[in-house]
Amino acid sequence: MDTTPNSGIGLAKKSEAATAPFKKTTETLREHIIEVVSDSGEGAQKCGQTFAAIAARMGNGIWTVEIIPAEIQPPARSIEGASGNRVRVGAGRISNGGDEADLVVAFNEQALIGRLRAGELKPGCIILLEDKWAHDRDPDVVAAYTETRADLVDQGYDVRDIPMEDECLKHVRDTKKGKNMFALGMLCSLYSMDMKMAREQVAFIFRKKSEAVIEANYTLLDAGYEWAESNLDFKYKIPATKSEKAQIVVNGNIALALGVMASGMQVCAMYPITPATSASHYLSEVFQKVGGVVHQAEDEIAACTFAIGASYAGKCALTITSGPGYSLKQEAIGLAVMGEIPLVVINVQRGGPSTGQPTKGEQSDLLAAVFGSHGDAPKVVMAVSGIEDCFYSMITARRIAEAFHMVVVVLTDANLATAQQPFARPQFSEGWVAEAVDQNALPDGAEPYNWDGRTGLARRQVPGQPHGMHCLTGLAHDRNSRVAYDPEINQEGMLHRSLKLAAFQKTLRTPPLFGGEQGDLLIIGWGSSRGAIEEAVERSRAEGLKVSSLHLKFIQPLASGLKEIFGRFKKVMTVESNWNDSMDHELIDGDNRRFSNLAWLIRGRYLVDVDCWGEVKGQPLKPGAICQVIREKLETEGAC
Amino acid sequence: MSSSTTERLLRSDTERHPIEDYQRCVPRWCTGCGNNAILTAMQRLCRDERLPREKTVFVSGIGCSSRFPHYMNTYGFHGLHGRALPIAEGIKMRRPDLHVFVNTGDGDCCSIGAAHWIHAIRYNMDMTVLMHDNNIYGLTKMQASPTSPTGLKSNTSPRGTQLQPINPLSVTLGVANASFVAQAVDWIPDLLYQTISRAFHHKGFSFVRILQRCPEFVPELFEESVSDPAKILLLSHEKGLHISPELSKVYRNQENHDPGDADRAREIAAMTDYIPFGILYQDTEAPRHENVEDPDKLGTPAMIKSALDEEFDKFTIWPAE
Repeated sequence: MDTTPNSGIGLAKKSEAATAPFKKTTETLREHIIEVVSDSGEGAQKCGQTFAAIAARMGNGIWTVEIIPAEIQPPARSIEGASGNRVRVGAGRISNGGDEADLVVAFNEQALIGRLRAGELKPGCIILLEDKWAHDRDPDVVAAYTETRADLVDQGYDVRDIPMEDECLKHVRDTKKGKNMFALGMLCSLYSMDMKMAREQVAFIFRKKSEAVIEANYTLLDAGYEWAESNLDFKYKIPATKSEKAQIVVNGNIALALGVMASGMQVCAMYPITPATSASHYLSEVFQKVGGVVHQAEDEIAACTFAIGASYAGKCALTITSGPGYSLKQEAIGLAVMGEIPLVVINVQRGGPSTGQPTKGEQSDLLAAVFGSHGDAPKVVMAVSGIEDCFYSMITARRIAEAFHMVVVVLTDANLATAQQPFARPQFSEGWVAEAVDQNALPDGAEPYNWDGRTGLARRQVPGQPHGMHCLTGLAHDRNSRVAYDPEINQEGMLHRSLKLAAFQKTLRTPPLFGGEQGDLLIIGWGSSRGAIEEAVERSRAEGLKVSSLHLKFIQPLASGLKEIFGRFKKVMTVESNWNDSMDHELIDGDNRRFSNLAWLIRGRYLVDVDCWGEVKGQPLKPGAICQVIREKLETEGAC
Repeated sequence: MSSSTTERLLRSDTERHPIEDYQRCVPRWCTGCGNNAILTAMQRLCRDERLPREKTVFVSGIGCSSRFPHYMNTYGFHGLHGRALPIAEGIKMRRPDLHVFVNTGDGDCCSIGAAHWIHAIRYNMDMTVLMHDNNIYGLTKMQASPTSPTGLKSNTSPRGTQLQPINPLSVTLGVANASFVAQAVDWIPDLLYQTISRAFHHKGFSFVRILQRCPEFVPELFEESVSDPAKILLLSHEKGLHISPELSKVYRNQENHDPGDADRAREIAAMTDYIPFGILYQDTEAPRHENVEDPDKLGTPAMIKSALDEEFDKFTIWPAE
């Protein structure tokens, strides 16, 4: 790659760059975590995302995390209003958001305070801070800025005063529109990005805008680049390897929506809820191209029952929601289980209970997914662990639902919903797509539930099929779907619905271990924390610790062979982003300790004394924190 | 679909079935229950319209009336309490070829499923909805329902209800995009049949409230209206019910009401002295939700591949040249 990143681009103030009062050396890094924070609406998110896309285009590994204010229009310069993006850029593949930030661009000092308090900034990290607040008309603002800035310096942060506002005003009247592009230009300079690619990416994000808008953004991009070249005394380079194959960069929710399209499902019924809704937004835009429909129902229950109706009369349908909506759907999910109607339910988990933390990720709905709905309601529960997995899991879920006439619950979370990571551009396969709905005549006297005694499977009779007329019911029913008045019939129905789960379980492969095949500690995880757990295992193994990890995709049912794996490790624990009581509390003991979701399940099934660790701080689990847990776990003598 | 299946389906469209072919089993409703009359009228309709049994789906919620699909020899979906409408909407969305009927009760529709009712009216999807209104919860043994008249004594209102009942006709007419609103009673079979036939032929959401007797829990409730024809106001119109001379001799209260007259429809709905019977309102132009997409546009693998490629292109990083 060309080492002069601005090659081919005419920069307005090249002469200034040449007169920079210092000599820059370019430091090569394996990776860096960069955050851009601003008030809501100032474009820090777009800045971060665009920077990540440019890095990905250059061939760097990336992972992005959105910093989302919980309010729609939080007050300006407020701690809770911080909005932005974290970008982890690496020389190789990046699987998670990492630990603390190495460099932060802040449009005001208040937005920064929230990140600082959340422990998201690395001690001593570089802070590029908008300095216009130092000469604000409001003395309170000046005081707040001065105080915070001084605190940061005292704490050892490397604060750089950046006249972003003044510099932008040289080019535009309204800095609210455009300061983010100036910041992007600075980052492109600091990380030696290819400015041709940067301009292409900027043109792409503003593709629906006028030429003039694109030109104005180029100007600010170049201005930011130029200013950093001339005024900042450091420069980094993170080596990139261009991928041999085409890759796509999307967030988890868009990957889900693309997967829905690819699966051949045609009906998605939903009700607006954070953080699930963005998947439906995108799907609403594109689903029509494949004859699909997104139905915005009047409530969560209607969304679920609408999908059940669509599934009953056609191809497997889908409903997508987040925690509170999932609770509301529970009765309807039981109906689909009872009627043996294929159904895919996506739960983009957020912090709970109740309204909880709508914009923050958590892995707290596992037990609700496995055991939810009254009565015995066996269903498949699977969890996605990365962006690519979001795409392919939709195809898998649809196939399982249709093959076993079951409800398949797919758990993802707010962290994956907004995170971006490149993955290989999928190559279409006809096998992804649901088959046409069977409308052939059935033999006379066909039983709608001709349960197979070995597998529990029965045929499905779809409206339109001659001789298939029957009344599907949520009441206990016999093979002819007639209401069961005989206790044996209820027993028989329960048996076969349960057997299907066992039959499906027989198709599962034992998941592979990450790390060594045996050792001192096994970490079990599920869902979005995979990248962080595996990175922690890798780092700990490099320190000589004998730790491995196992990531579960299917949680109901669990694959065979797990107990044997547990037996190869001295200690076993789960790492999950949900609640567990700490044994350090004086009230907590072996009789009352509440375990993390997966730990409960594994303890119950395998009678293994599995410990657990997790946090519910609304942030993705950090590999560094997991490393610390591993160290402590291995230092502790005694029980498990 | 094989050609023999296609032929069979085409043939079944014109096949005439005797009424017994639409009957599955003996209903388990109480003797004298108004649901029996509704079932008979519906089976007659299926016969007369030559509805292919495999192309006909009855969807219900929970309650006495929601057992209805079990007694029809068609496809049926006996769902959840209050949720018949969204299930029916899901069925209709991708299957315009199916005739969709909904059976729901006053508790099912006006109480636990009230949100779905309001929105189903607005969606205006093509289905015929029979709201069996006996003013009482029957299956759970006599609790007051949202349509119970003021003062009704029940197991949950032993001193009589205090509140005014919901008027299902006024509520339905009050929702934007309402397209067909009618009322019938179970005890005038010919007009009940005509009303549901009109509802069936309406393209859109046809809402028929049927006053239905419950001899078990509220035997006296409709007694006066049954025995005194003067309590009934028949709505006749060339676009509505046609009253035979024989019936006209008995039911003398009649009004020639144009179902296109929304203002008069609201006045009729609000009547308390009479039970209006007939088509209150019809709008054939109201937009229908299932028409937002073309359901014949099948998601073939070729379509999916090209759509995905188009989308992937937006997000692709191509390898270096």
